[in-house]
Order: sequence, then structure tokens, then C-alpha cells
Amino acid sequence: MRRLENIYRLGVKELFSLRRDTVLLALIVWAFSFAVYTAATGMSHELKNGAIAIVDEDRSQLSARFREAFLPPYFKEPKLISFREIDPGMDSGRYTFVLVIPHGFQADVLAGRRPALQVNIDATAMMQAGIGDGYITNILAQEINTFLGTPTTAYPVELKARYAFNPNITSAWFTSVTEIINNVTMLAIVLTGAALIREREHGTIEHLLVMPLTPIEIMVAKVWANGLVILFASGLSLWLVVETLLQVPIAGSKALFLAGTGLYLFFATALGIFLATIARSMPQFGLLFMMVFLPMNLLSGGETPIESQPALLQAIMQAVPSTHFVSFAQAILYRGAGIDIVWPQFALVTVIGSLFFAFAAARFRRSIAVMRS
Amino acid sequence: MTAGAMTAEPAPAVRLEALRHRYGDTVALDRVALDLPAGRTVGFIGPDGVGKSTLLALVAGARKIQSGAVTALGGDMADPRHRRRVCPRIAYMPQGLGKNLYMDLTVFENLEFFGRLFGQDRKERHERITDLLRSTGLDPFPDRPAGKLSGGMKQKLGLCCALIHDPDLLILDEPTTGVDPLSRRQFWDLIDRIRRQRPDMGVLVATAYMDEAERFDFLVAMNDGAILATGSPAQIKARVGAETLEEAFIALLPEDERRGHRNLTIQPSRDHGGPPAIVAEGLTRRFGDFTAVDRVSFEIERGEIFGFLGSNGCGKTTTMKVLTGLLPASEGKAWLFGEETKAHDLETRKRVGYMSQAFSLYAELTVQQNLDLHARLFHLPRQSIPGRIEELLERFGLTVYAEVLAATLPLGVRQRLSLAVATIHEPEMLILDEPTSGVDPIARDSFWELLIDLSRNQGVTIFISTHFMNEAMRCDRISLMHAGQVLASDTPAALVRQCGAETLEEAFIAYLQKATGQEASGQQTNGRTAADAKHRPAVPPSRTHNPSQSTTQWFSSRRLLAYSLRESMELLRDPIRLTVALLGTAFLMLVFGYGISFDVEDLTYAVLDRDRTPESRSYLEGLAGSRYFLEQPALATHREMDHRLKSGEIALAIEIPPGFGKDLLQGRTPEVAAWIDGSMPFAAETTRGYLEGLHQHYLIELSRRNHGEDPVFLPAEIESRYRYNQDFKSLFAMVPTVIALMLVFIPAILMALGVVREKELGSITNLYVTPVSRLEFLFGKQLPYIALGMINFFLMCALAVFLFGVPVSGSFLALSFGALLYVTATTGLGLFISSFTKTQIAALFATAIATTVPAVMFSGMMQPVASLDGSAAVIGQGFPTGYFMTISVGTFTKALGFADLYRDFLALAAFIPILTILSMLLLNKQER
Repeated sequence: MRRLENIYRLGVKELFSLRRDTVLLALIVWAFSFAVYTAATGMSHELKNGAIAIVDEDRSQLSARFREAFLPPYFKEPKLISFREIDPGMDSGRYTFVLVIPHGFQADVLAGRRPALQVNIDATAMMQAGIGDGYITNILAQEINTFLGTPTTAYPVELKARYAFNPNITSAWFTSVTEIINNVTMLAIVLTGAALIREREHGTIEHLLVMPLTPIEIMVAKVWANGLVILFASGLSLWLVVETLLQVPIAGSKALFLAGTGLYLFFATALGIFLATIARSMPQFGLLFMMVFLPMNLLSGGETPIESQPALLQAIMQAVPSTHFVSFAQAILYRGAGIDIVWPQFALVTVIGSLFFAFAAARFRRSIAVMRS
Repeated sequence: MTAGAMTAEPAPAVRLEALRHRYGDTVALDRVALDLPAGRTVGFIGPDGVGKSTLLALVAGARKIQSGAVTALGGDMADPRHRRRVCPRIAYMPQGLGKNLYMDLTVFENLEFFGRLFGQDRKERHERITDLLRSTGLDPFPDRPAGKLSGGMKQKLGLCCALIHDPDLLILDEPTTGVDPLSRRQFWDLIDRIRRQRPDMGVLVATAYMDEAERFDFLVAMNDGAILATGSPAQIKARVGAETLEEAFIALLPEDERRGHRNLTIQPSRDHGGPPAIVAEGLTRRFGDFTAVDRVSFEIERGEIFGFLGSNGCGKTTTMKVLTGLLPASEGKAWLFGEETKAHDLETRKRVGYMSQAFSLYAELTVQQNLDLHARLFHLPRQSIPGRIEELLERFGLTVYAEVLAATLPLGVRQRLSLAVATIHEPEMLILDEPTSGVDPIARDSFWELLIDLSRNQGVTIFISTHFMNEAMRCDRISLMHAGQVLASDTPAALVRQCGAETLEEAFIAYLQKATGQEASGQQTNGRTAADAKHRPAVPPSRTHNPSQSTTQWFSSRRLLAYSLRESMELLRDPIRLTVALLGTAFLMLVFGYGISFDVEDLTYAVLDRDRTPESRSYLEGLAGSRYFLEQPALATHREMDHRLKSGEIALAIEIPPGFGKDLLQGRTPEVAAWIDGSMPFAAETTRGYLEGLHQHYLIELSRRNHGEDPVFLPAEIESRYRYNQDFKSLFAMVPTVIALMLVFIPAILMALGVVREKELGSITNLYVTPVSRLEFLFGKQLPYIALGMINFFLMCALAVFLFGVPVSGSFLALSFGALLYVTATTGLGLFISSFTKTQIAALFATAIATTVPAVMFSGMMQPVASLDGSAAVIGQGFPTGYFMTISVGTFTKALGFADLYRDFLALAAFIPILTILSMLLLNKQER
């Protein structure tokens, strides 16, 4: 009972301290509003404004059709260039795609000689190259068929492909929510770590230690107070920024997501405490944070599919709770999964998280003994 | 001091006119007008926060004048040209132990740095350093890091650094605060000897020790931003008829501040009986090979006021921490109230109140909140808390401050609050570590009144440490501490008597001399004894050096390199920063290279085959054989499909309708349905592409099987040629991109931290008061980081070529040159950000955000720069990363060289002067 009261009191104090820390407050606000917004609107995974150029050596009716066929928002207006301009244009990255229409193309098509169109693609533009290739091929085929007046060939089997959960594969749906998921991890580490280092730099931790308090009470207080702030901020951001401002529909239950986040925060905040016990000062903590957060963030499956990593890395990442956190967060928020589906991830996050929490608590106790110098 | 200086009245060296200075709403100096005589030692006396430091910083040119005028060394200090001209003639030592020193550098390296800043060549520098070290008694420790020196030694080193260029005006801000009395005496003897040799040199000193002020030629007594009195010590005492300066100072204060002040009287302590409150036996505490507390033993009776007297770093604090249980003892034992102390004993803690040296309450809480928090943490009965807080507010005079944030309290009030918090649970013992440091004499006396009341009327045992002699005199008994050992322990009067001294200070010095004399050859020696030092010249005889040539020139590569050298040494001695700086990029590149991949592979899928004919199986064969897809157990129902798609177990579900085989054979065009998980749009589109490819392939195979020929879908062929990266492996695109990303991220952050660190630690003062220019400072600090960036670049190139197998197909020279320009620009970006951030943590996050967003989103990593528009395009073009990415991708994968990329080189180069000029404009050469 007394322990609980201590933890409660210290946690409330933690909230007061955070209120006065302008840098961290600014970081929280920035992360859950502007960062989410710019991620959703600024970066697009679809083909958008593809920079295309056309070398038209045919100058025929058909080639003119091609020139008109590439439309915004998928493509920028095509630039007509000469054959010599292809290399410098692609070398400098001015054009991602260059279509070459050979001399006599239309005549050859009409004569049934199956002439070849050449599409040059800058394969270093990883996000656009493959998708753009598909778009261009489709557009060209359509134009040729319409020009010839032949209906699209009837295939013996039709493939009807649909996208589940995000019918128009709008990338803002994906990026905005991903940003929130990332922010949970980032802020949990930064807030708790900074809270501990701040106490150490101001000498207040020493003051707590001469009182009838145990280190574990001090740590748990930091965890609940900062965790609560993050839960609150991410809930608010989901509601205000994602749903209201960006008009992204959230498939599943927000309450379930927040409950899962609560479980995950045990791990993430404990990680913050752990890093703070290693670092001697705030800048060192910041550098350590970058070295831990960036890989965790990139490899947990939130940014790129985890299946495309080397097998060893995948196995390692299975032991990191953030992987399971990202997995259930995506299942709930994108695909509307319920507890019947995500309970295994919840269980994994809880088990690994508790183990790490215990480890961080032990380390914190020991570091306090050293800190006393 | 010399007869000549006393008789002739020289023209004023410094003149202040209507000088006003404020920090926010606080007025630090209020229309101060003053003439200070030349060639004298002028002392500024008064408690903390009355404006002494501000005044000295303004005279030194370290702070920007807000209003009024300062004339020093024959010119207006508001005029930058005059400051540049005279700054080699002024030496300024800011407040705080070793504030202008670099703690990771050795004694010798610190002095070398300052010598270089004043343009001295190697020979001159070394001669001067040798002379200075010898005359200050620091010569045995040239290789000791400044951070490991004792307080007294730090101040001597600070003085050496100030004297290295023979200044005409020496400005010392509280140089002896927190220094033991012997070192203090030696310090002033040293100043006197220097003055004798260079009688023209003026010295301005601020001090909180009134006894020290007795030896100055001229005093300025200050309070609350205004001047109370000026004159020689004798004149000031005579004016109010006081015997000591301290009394005179109190008498000079305005009436309402003096009110309630009376001379303290202390009744003798009563005998409370019972076992002693504290017993320490042979306490020893070591940190590594350093012994902070060395076999200390003492006993404190209940109700006694027991004092620890000694300098900073002599082991007082460590002893107290061992007694409170904050630190375990390495050897020896201690008992509190007859019970042995243990590190985690919660019950004993309730009987003790502790006040640590620095203010350690929550500055972000109000007075009331601080008291409330501690009352609750000590679990006072809930209903008694408001009453107890009320009582404490009243008793400690805090009622008017109840709702004020602790951060904004004056120092004296803060100390009262700390004491109130320490006593909130009515402890039987108080352990107070230097509770009155920096507090003005009146506040100190009122603080002692509270202590005496607690001790005499409530029987609280008080264990207090201090470096004020008059406070030590008030204790029942004291221990004199030095270098971890107790030199003597008795009542103050007895200690004075035993030494045959007149005052406690003299007695302490006698004990110190005895102790240091015994171990003069040992490492712990704090300096030579005064007698020993007298035989040597205090300071090297003034050489004729021509300051106009070496120190006032506009640009000096020696000063620039002084900063580069120092920055490199500091970086090399910080293991975390160094590791991140050297290996951080390589580590992240490994993670990025292996971890991020836009190749979509091993897509999990499951099939709902409602036909189960050879035709449907034949259709699905293509999928099963593809290297992109990975089959999972088949689906039985739509419900299951939904469930497994939701859980993310499968990314694709294929449904073959019933009657597929029959329809196909009868040419009725059956429809295969595919559901692709659209939650990750990029992967979803790629999946669709693969799927459609497989479908086409199936159709071709089908046509071959049925008609023996390839079907003609289109009367033309479309050949897609993937250039630069034939296999379309994302690694080839990723590696050059990641190099560009890493070289903006890490160098910019390290650079920003490097500069802001100086602001936070205070060594930025050296930029303000030495001849170093902003350009030299910025470039000097930038050079090591550019070198580091290049090391990182080569390391990453090696990883790219040898580990990832991504060769540089174009000109490596062009790539390296591009990297050099780029790293210069990105470190410049760090400098730019550092010029307007104040704390390291703010610099860190600001740099991280300001570099990541444009570098990742608008520089071609996610989307080619060519397809950006609007503000995204503007940001992309206004940021260096895009240009280097073109160079990096171009030379790695497109086989390009200088000629193909000249535009990007020009653009990158243009960032360098722009960022440098911006940083210079934003960096202040004076503190505001």
C-alpha cells in the first residue's frame, strides 16, 4: 500500500517535471502532429509525378497518342528529347523513365511486324521503377489496342485482383499510422531515459535515495507516468490527426491498440531506463538512443516487410518486442483484427517485455549504487 | 600595495557610466557609475547575485553591454574594434572552479591551448608554461587532466592560463570560492608577487570572503545591483564604525534588509544522554585508485552541532554520503543511533534529514508542492500534512513563496526550503552538506538561527560541513579535513589554542602546513608551501612581445588549429562520442544495407480452391513454383481467409471458383479472384505486379499446350530495360543512398554537440575574451569533424565494395571529392544549428529532426528528386543531401565522373560559404 502510494506520488511529480521541460514537450507535440502529418502527405509510395521523357523517332499518329497518354498525377508531362539526350538525362536523374519509339513504328504495327518499343528505367529509383514499369506497359498496350480498334484480347482466364483493407492502396493510410507506431517507441525511450538523466544531473535522485524509497519504486513511477503521456498522446493523435485531419479510416478498435501499446510500453520504457544507466550525460544518451532506435525502428517490420530480411536477422528480431508490437498494431489498425487474432503477439510482448523490465530494474539498482559516487 | 602605487593617484583604468543590465525581469545592475583606479587590486564584495559577476563580465568584454558605457584601457568596450585591440591585454577568469578550463585536457595541454590562442610560437609557449608551472607549484603535475585537480589547483591553473599573455588588466571572478584556506593564501601571495613585478597591472577581483577583502587596495561593496560604498577597507570600516568588514557590510545594507538581523548567541549544548548519535570508525572510501576518505573516525553526541571544515574535494561530502547510506564504505564502520549503517535501511532514513551540497529539490515544482511531495513520501498522517506544511512555511519564512516555483527562488530562500524539506518528518538528526555556500551573510545568519533552534530546543543532532570560518566557530565541535583525512578534531576554541593561533583560519593553515609538509613529496600535495615558493620568481620577467603583430591580425591559422587540436583531443577522450563518431555510420550502414530492402520476396499466400480439378491445380502450380511466393496451408472457408489475412499470416489469398476447370475447357472465361493485403501499399502493388506476371505466364503456357504456339496479345513488343542495376536488386540502390544519409546525420549531430557543449560547460567564454575570431572558432572546431566524416566515408566505401559487393563503377576520385564537399556542408549545417540552440539535448534533437526529414523524404531516397513538386521540391533543392546522392548513386552505379556531375559539385560547394556566413552571423562574440 505504502509502495503504491509512493509510486503514485513520484509519478505525479514526474508529470509536473515533464510539464516544465520545453524541449521534450516540443518533441512530443512535433512527433505526434507535424511528423505524422508530413509522413502521410509528404511521402507517397505510389507512383506519383514520375519523370518521363519520350524519344519519338516515328512522329506518327500512334506515337502522338503515346505522348498524350501519360497523365498526372502518375506522371509529369512527358519531355520530348532526342536520342543523344537519353544518357545525360538519366545519368543526372532528370528522367526516371525514357520511352523510345523507333522509326516506322506505326507502319510496322499495322503491317503486323510486331515492332519493339523500348522503355528505359532508372533502376536506382527503387520505389518507382518496378511500379512505373507496370503502369507504362499497361498504358502503351491500351493505346495500341484502342488505336487498332481491336477490343482488349479475350483471355481464357481472367484474374481479378483486389486489395483488402486499403482498396485504393492510399499510402497515407499506411504512413500516418506507421509514424504513430514509431513515435511510441521513440518517445518511450527518450522520455523515461531523459527523466532519469535529468534527475541525475540535478542531483534530485540522490535526494530520493535518502528517503524511505526503493529504487524499484522510483523506476516504476517513471514508467507509469511517461507511459501514460505516450498513451494519451498517441490516442489523441490517432483521433485528431489521423482520423479527423487526414481522413484515414481506422479498421480496428483503438482501445485494443492502446491496451496493447500499454503492454509494450513496459519494454520500451525499460529500454529507456537501461540506456540512461549506461550513458553518463544527456548527449551520450542521445547518441546511444540513435544507435538503438534506428535499427529497431527499421527492422521491426514497420517500414519494410520483415520477410525480405536475411533469415538470421529475422530470427534476432523475433526476440525484440517491437517486432510483435508493430505486427499487432498493423493487424489492429489496418486490418481490423480483434483480440482473438492478436493475442499471441500480446502474450509475446508481455513476456519478453517483463523479462527485460526485470533486467533493466536490476541494472538500475546496481547503477544507482555506482551513481552514488 | 607598493609604496609607489599608493602615493600617486593614476587616472582611472576602468570607468563605468550609468551601467544597467537585466536578465528578463531581474535587474542585475542598476545604473552603476564608478571609476576604478589603475594599477591596484580592486575588490568587489557582496553576496551572490548582487551583480558582481555581471559587472566583471561587462568590463572584460565577455558580455554585451545593454545600456550605459564601459571604458577600459582607454577605449569604449562597446566598440568591437577596441575590444579586438585590447583583448590581448585583458585576462578574465570566470566564476566557478576551472570554468574556462577543459577538464579532459591535461594541465600542460590547457596552457598550450591558451598560448596558441595568443599567437605564441612553440618556443615562447614552452618557456612561459615552464615558468608559470614552476611559480605556481603545479610543475609536478603537467600531465594530470584538469578534471582531476583539486579545487585550489584548478584555480591556480586557471590563473596560469589567464597570465600566459602578460595582461595589463586581470579580472578574477570569485577565484577562491570553495578553495581551502592554505591554497587561498598561496593564491593571493602569488597575485601579490605578480603585482610587485608588474606594478602597472590592474587586478579586479570579486569575492564572497570578507576576510580576503581586507588585503585589497580598494573595495567596492555591492548589493542588489547597486553600489553601497567604495574606498579602502579601512575607510569602509571607519565609515560605519565596524570592526570587521563583514559587520561593516551588514551595517551598510538598507534598513529593511537588516531588519530582524541580530548577532547570534548560542547556548551551550545540553547532555541528552544515551549512545552517541553518530560513531564513525576508520571509515575509508575509495573510487578506483583514488582514496576520497581515508580512515576517518569521530563521534557526535546527541543534540550536538558538529562541523566539518575543509576545501572542496577534501572528502566532506563523501563522508556524509557514507553516513546517510548513499555510498557503501570501502572499509570501516559507522553507527547511527547505535545501529550500524546499511545501504538499504529504510527505517534509519526516517530518522535522518539530509541536505545535499547542490540544491537538489525539484526546481519545476512550487515550494508548496515540494513540501507536500516529501511529506507524502515520508508518509506523514494524511490529516496532519496541511498543518505541518503551514507550520514549516511559517517557521522558515516561506509563506510568501508558497506558490513560487523553486527554480525562481533566490539562493538563500532555496536553502531555507531545502532545510524545511529535510526537517519535514521531524528527524532526530540532520546531515547538511555546505548548506550556506553562496548565501549572503544575513541569510546565512538567519539560517543558523533555525539550526540553533532545532539543536538547542528540539534536541536535533546536526552534522554540518562548511568552508566559512565564522560558521565553524559556532559549532560545538569541529573536524578539520584535508585530502580525505581528519587533521584535528575538537572545539573551535581548543583548536585555536592548541596552535597558538589567533583565529581558526590561522589554526587551520597551521594544521594544513603540518600535513602537507609531511607528505610534500606525495601525489596529494596541493602545491608548495608559501615559504618554499618565495624563493622563485613569481612570474617570468615580461618579454618584449609585440601583440599588435601576432594577436590582432584578422586571421590566424595558429588560433584555428588550436581549436582543432583541442577538439580532437577531447573527442579522443570521450569513449561514447568517439565510438559513435567512428563506428556509428558503419554500424547503421550494416543495419540499413541488410535490413531495408524494397525487394519483395517470400510472400506468404494461401489458396481457397473450390474447384479441385487438374485445371485449377495447373493454374496454381505457377504460383507454387515462383521464388517470390511461399505457400501456406490451404484455406477452407471465406471466414478463415478473412481471419488469416487480418492476422497478417498471409499477404495474399487466391480463390478458384467452383467449376473453374469446366468453364475453362468450355471457353467460358472463368475468373480467378485474388485478395492482396493492402495495408502496406508498396508491397501490395509489387505483389500485384508479380501476380499478374505469373498469370500472363500461365496464359502463354496454356496457349502453347493447347495450340502449340505463343499467343499474340499485342501487335508490338514492349521491352523494359532496367538500367544501372540490371537485376533490380535494392542493395545496389540502397548502399550509395545510405552513404549519403549517414554522412549528413552523424557528422551534423556530433558537430552541433561539439559547439553547444562549450556553451553548456562555460568554456565558450574563451571565444568571448581571447583574440580568437568567430571564423577561426567555427572552422577550427569543424576541421576535426570533417576529417572524421571522411574517415567514415572511406569506411563505408570499404563496406560497400568488400562486404556488400557493390563496386564503384565510376570515378572514385569524383566520389571522394564530392564526399569532402558534402561533409563540409553537413558539418556546416551542424554548426548552423548549434548557433541557435542552447542545450545539448535540444541541439541533438533539433539536428536529428532537421537532417532526417529532408534527407530521407526530399532528397531522392524515397522518390526521385525529379518527381517532387511544390514545397517538397524547394526543401529538396535547398538541402545538400540530394546533390550528393546524385553524385554517390552516379559514381557507384552509373559509371559517372567529374564531367557528368559538375552541376552537383557546384551546388554542394555553394552550401559551404552560405552556411559558414549564417553561422558566423548567428554566433555571438559576446554573451548577451
